[in-house]
Amino acid sequence: MRDVSIIGVGQTPVREHWDKSLRHLAVDALLAALHDAHVEEMDAIYVGNMLSGELAGQEHLGALIADQLGMSGVAALKVEAACGAGGSAAHAGFLAVASGQYRRVAVVGVEKMTDMWNGTVTSGLSMAADGEYEAANGISFVGLNAMLMRRYMYEYDLVEEDFAPFALNAHANAAHNPNAMFRKHVTLEQFTKAKKVADPISLFDSSPICDGAAALILSRSENLNGNTARAISIAASTIATDSLALHDRQDPLWLRAVELSSIKAYAQAGVTPQDIDLFELHDAFSIVAPMSLEAAGFARRGAGTYFGRDGEIAIDGKLPISTMGGLKARGHPIGATGVYQIVEAVQQLRGEAGKNQVPNARIAMAQSLGGVAATAVTHILKGKG
Amino acid sequence: MAENLAPNWRLREQRYQLVGNVCLKCGAKHFPPRQVCTECRGAEFEPFPFSGNGELYSFTTLRQAPSGFEDFAPYAVGMIKLDEGPLVEAMLTDVNQDDLEIGMRMEMVTRKIRAEGERGLLIYGYKFRPSGD
Repeated sequence: MRDVSIIGVGQTPVREHWDKSLRHLAVDALLAALHDAHVEEMDAIYVGNMLSGELAGQEHLGALIADQLGMSGVAALKVEAACGAGGSAAHAGFLAVASGQYRRVAVVGVEKMTDMWNGTVTSGLSMAADGEYEAANGISFVGLNAMLMRRYMYEYDLVEEDFAPFALNAHANAAHNPNAMFRKHVTLEQFTKAKKVADPISLFDSSPICDGAAALILSRSENLNGNTARAISIAASTIATDSLALHDRQDPLWLRAVELSSIKAYAQAGVTPQDIDLFELHDAFSIVAPMSLEAAGFARRGAGTYFGRDGEIAIDGKLPISTMGGLKARGHPIGATGVYQIVEAVQQLRGEAGKNQVPNARIAMAQSLGGVAATAVTHILKGKG
Repeated sequence: MAENLAPNWRLREQRYQLVGNVCLKCGAKHFPPRQVCTECRGAEFEPFPFSGNGELYSFTTLRQAPSGFEDFAPYAVGMIKLDEGPLVEAMLTDVNQDDLEIGMRMEMVTRKIRAEGERGLLIYGYKFRPSGD
């Protein structure tokens, strides 16, 4: 296997982009990444996306995006793993370069969600779970997370407010990220008064429906062509899976795919959880944050919320999370999200995160989840410092 | 979801009678039925009708409904731990949502799940309600 580096990143702001279609967003992010990397040619393009067919009336994204980028002819394909599509596309791009097959590839995650009504989006998202036995019984994706959160609160004797630090931290960090959807602080009072979407999940526990695209340029580490100063090394890229349906899990409160992909990633990178300087986790709903912290080895079982309460997750804490706003406040354009996380980790390791800069950040972890963590994609990145 | 008879017809035993299967090699009981046993990877099974009795593992009330379920909103859904072992997810019925509690005894009933497609194909299946036990 060859060493792989990220030599360029790009992103569109996460917004309701009424004036831009899926192809515009993807090309905007790719052009920004190519400009950042000072390169013009690619061997392949990997497109991470979940719902383009349902929400944008468009499939066959590989050839479409290659053509729109003026690169028709290169290898290109779409990678889908529900909300973990972005991380999965990055994994595919990593394998392509690590294997020696390609010298340089682009990865773009893109999702266009706001052209459809909420009911259509809700139905589309429910396809991340079991279509025949969950969605067919009217159980939406937020419903699955709500049932997990209620059981988690029951098992560990918690109340809704115990989850507030995750939302407050995400919003505090998004306030300084120009690409974030919600650039404003949220108070504990706002959190506790927010209306319920699916109790115990409230509006401030949930990531928004939005549009966005983010892109990476990956290269063999030995062919950086003078791009070494800002190159970030991919020390690990792993995927693990779990049952799609919550009812098929022996222990719904333990995210087994998160555990498996994290353990594989630590081994691949030769690090332990204590070495990680920041963690971009998949906080699509507040409940996912503590459960991820536990399964990834940062908190003991049932203690994930204490991590938030004790301030460990802030920029100057022991393990900063959602450093640019996370899914909650940067936004969660489904198939793009996993790529946004990696772009933000690169910003941190380059020292380009502005007011959200984690001091002395050298090793970053990004984790992209599909469904209720039925797919878990973990990347560990190392900076030069 | 398409208006289509076959995808609904082939799930009739699961939806109307909660028929899962039991692994002939290790005895593990599955709902929904499986082709490969998750316990031992055995691939020989017999059908196994579940009793439909169990206890409430968790629940929520959905305020934003997926397409096809708008008329029910807000509605309660839950996970039920069946007495024979497996968890099943379903809409909850015949109950005031404020009265739901983790651990309460539940039983299966057959109800209308939704009307599908433009011609309104009626889909029936299992829901769960407190059994009062």
